[in-house]
Amino acid sequence: MTDSGETAVVKDDLALVAEAKAGSYEAFEELVNRYENKIYRLGLNVTGNPEDAEDVLQEAFLKAFQHLGEFRADSRFYTWLVRIAVNEGLMKLRKRRSDRSVPMEDEVGEDGELIPRELADWKPNPEQIFAQAEIESILRDAAQKLPPTYRTVFLLRDVEDLSTAETASVLNLSEGTVKARLFRARLMLREELSKVFKRG
Amino acid sequence: MSECKNCLQQISEYLDGQMDPELKKRLEEHLVFCHSCKVVLDSTRKTIELYCDGKLFQLPVAVRDRLHTALRQKLKDPSRC
Repeated sequence: MTDSGETAVVKDDLALVAEAKAGSYEAFEELVNRYENKIYRLGLNVTGNPEDAEDVLQEAFLKAFQHLGEFRADSRFYTWLVRIAVNEGLMKLRKRRSDRSVPMEDEVGEDGELIPRELADWKPNPEQIFAQAEIESILRDAAQKLPPTYRTVFLLRDVEDLSTAETASVLNLSEGTVKARLFRARLMLREELSKVFKRG
Repeated sequence: MSECKNCLQQISEYLDGQMDPELKKRLEEHLVFCHSCKVVLDSTRKTIELYCDGKLFQLPVAVRDRLHTALRQKLKDPSRC
């Protein structure tokens, strides 16, 4: 005899979007439940500030609901949502730009050579050595040292796992620019984190 | 030194697993004897892993509650916005 227990039907995003477009708030809430963690993390890493991250989170979902009619099913709902959240996050940064030292663009230029200076081995498993709040703060501070245009490429490609093409589309960049910025962002972050995590 | 420069340029592609097999083989041969490049590769990989760690940057319960309250108030109310 086979197990006849009921299996929960997991609706895909597009089915939920269709229901939400037809007026179901519950369907939209299910989409919120699916992506709220990721959008919060994205907002936190883009803005570097928990209050701004909460604003980004709320604004992104509000705007997503209000503009759901403009969503076309030829892209993933999540990619569309990420575009909204990134724009909200970058807007927050622009508002604060005048009183911050972090540049919006890369002042070195994309062709400038990156020479690694920190060449010592890292302590093994820094995530086990440092307290969680401490490591979150270290990662956030390191990310904030990057120009936002690099940071967002890194976050979308490496953390949110968007493809190069999706990242290029969200940020209105060419795929070549995404690859170049990802390379630089990874090395710049590594350099920053090395100052904290190197042995000795 | 120019081997190291080439290696550095290719680290990103190597981590993405998108390298030409011949270039990949040459890079891996270089990594066997070049400690500096190996450190850069390993720590870059670890950098990505740390930012992807699902245990970090969790949505606080209070923030989640405020999100759902705000959305319900603004979106479920027919006179919204």
